[in-house]
Amino acid sequence: MRVNIGGIAMKNPVMAASGTFGYGKEYADLVDLNRLGALVVKGISLKPEKGNETPRLVEVSGGLINAIGLQNPGFDGFIKDYLPFLRKYKVPVIVNIWGRSVNEYAEVAAKFNGVRGVHGLEINISCPNIKTGGIAFGTDPHMTAEVVSKVRQNTKLPLIVKLSPNVTKIGDFAKIAEVNGADAVSLINSFPAMAIDIESRRPILANITGGLSGPAIHPIALKMVWEAARAVRIPVVGMGGITSAKEALAFIIAGASAVAVGTANFTDPTIILQVMEGIESYLIRHKMSNIRELVGSLVTD
Amino acid sequence: MFVFDTFSFFGKLFLRQYADAVLSVVEKKMHIETVTVLEQKGKKIFGGDYRVLKFASGKVAPRVKPGQFIHLRVTGRDEIVLRRPFSVFKAGKKSLSILYKIIGAGTEIMAQLRPGDKASIIGPLGNGFPMPAKNVYPVFVAGGYGSAALYLLAERTKKKGTLFIGGKTDEDILCVADFRRLDWNVRIATEDGSAGQKGLVTDILKEYLSSEEIKRRQMAFYACGPMGMLEAVAKIAMAGDWKAWLSLDRHMGCGVGACLACVQKIRVAGGRGASDSWKWARICTEGPVFECREIVWGNEE
Repeated sequence: MRVNIGGIAMKNPVMAASGTFGYGKEYADLVDLNRLGALVVKGISLKPEKGNETPRLVEVSGGLINAIGLQNPGFDGFIKDYLPFLRKYKVPVIVNIWGRSVNEYAEVAAKFNGVRGVHGLEINISCPNIKTGGIAFGTDPHMTAEVVSKVRQNTKLPLIVKLSPNVTKIGDFAKIAEVNGADAVSLINSFPAMAIDIESRRPILANITGGLSGPAIHPIALKMVWEAARAVRIPVVGMGGITSAKEALAFIIAGASAVAVGTANFTDPTIILQVMEGIESYLIRHKMSNIRELVGSLVTD
Repeated sequence: MFVFDTFSFFGKLFLRQYADAVLSVVEKKMHIETVTVLEQKGKKIFGGDYRVLKFASGKVAPRVKPGQFIHLRVTGRDEIVLRRPFSVFKAGKKSLSILYKIIGAGTEIMAQLRPGDKASIIGPLGNGFPMPAKNVYPVFVAGGYGSAALYLLAERTKKKGTLFIGGKTDEDILCVADFRRLDWNVRIATEDGSAGQKGLVTDILKEYLSSEEIKRRQMAFYACGPMGMLEAVAKIAMAGDWKAWLSLDRHMGCGVGACLACVQKIRVAGGRGASDSWKWARICTEGPVFECREIVWGNEE
């Protein structure tokens, strides 16, 4: 089940998705981190960020809407307080990063050069939660091109671009990322959504809107992964509502070379292990000796 | 020379693996466990929509400290993606109980559980209450079924204290018999006067504290209930220079400290400006118990 995603060697194609697995330590008692294909840590910015007011999360049928607001310890805080713990493990660590401007993205990316224990960067260009101007990078072709190329110039690490689903033609954005130097693309991030308390007639989230994730978005994510995989040659990491090996296998058949499990980690931290085992049994059952035989094997005639 | 080196190499390898194995058992803070329902006690014993669920548990139950909680998943409804947190009411070497109120989708499913049914729990979670210090008289303040979250502390401390419990009607006054069996003093207030004194729990608490003799006592407060009640207890405690340990409630996502949904503003000493004077604490990890002076009031859900 070994895969290589843009230079990141993984022993299996299953990653823990950014924002849902903290910085590893939170789940370390429940899941052996060394079993994961990769761990994508929660988004790091240049400076520490406090994030949004509460309520930050609301469950909806088939998923949840989050408006955490990218709270994080900042680059220095991550290096000092979180990375040492991760270095004890063999799991490849991919750091998700974001910024409020192209320069901030480039600056925080550059800071990770030469940092021991970091195997790749995933740039979040699509988080729909921050209101301060400009963070819809992932919905604007020019801004996407600018951010990706600027970050590419500033990092030697394998670079994954996490795409926003809030676009009409995600294949175009995947192409822009590829052309500007991305080693891989990951998709999808959460969908803009909201929930209302009908008795108080107020939004449930303090931020009013947030990002929808979970089983409800899987069919939409699947279609987008299929579109993106057809548009580029670089590897695609598929995510969105995986709750079992079934959804992960669908992503792979649609063209994903790897997958990420997110919201399901809240439901049951062992799901990510079940996904890995399920992919393995499927390959054995279908007599495939290499997962590459399955990637993009969708039949459409 | 060669033999000596090989010996010391394997010796060190063995010792490191042994140490890791020992540490991994010693240091684990939380466990995930499939538990079996032993009992579901309902309407005849408790009023209103309250139930007590007892689970057989060998991993989590023996490790529970007073004030900690479990994160429960009941399977069978895939559209419910989140677990539900419950304070541990009673815990022994082989079982634990939770007291819950039927208020929504998740708790409605829990009410259907019968002996022999299985569920999944993660726990024990949270920091729990500190044990009352030697010369300190414990005063518990509970709003409704907050008394269940306090019970284990009463059972495990060797002291006998006083429980003040309040609620809307007599149906909301729970666990009184359990406290009386421990020889605790119990004082009740209900808003409609159907049990104990008519009024709020803080009314009877203030009356108790109005005596000069009581005021001079070394006391500490332990409280669990609605935020409004907790804030009132905090004010009383600070005015009398007593410590108050408050167990906060908050909507949770992961329950283990990764998602940052369940946060509360906590004071930070020596901050330079308004935004430096506080930080977010996770109710599931740094909490749910905080000393009242730590809490920044006024921005809860």
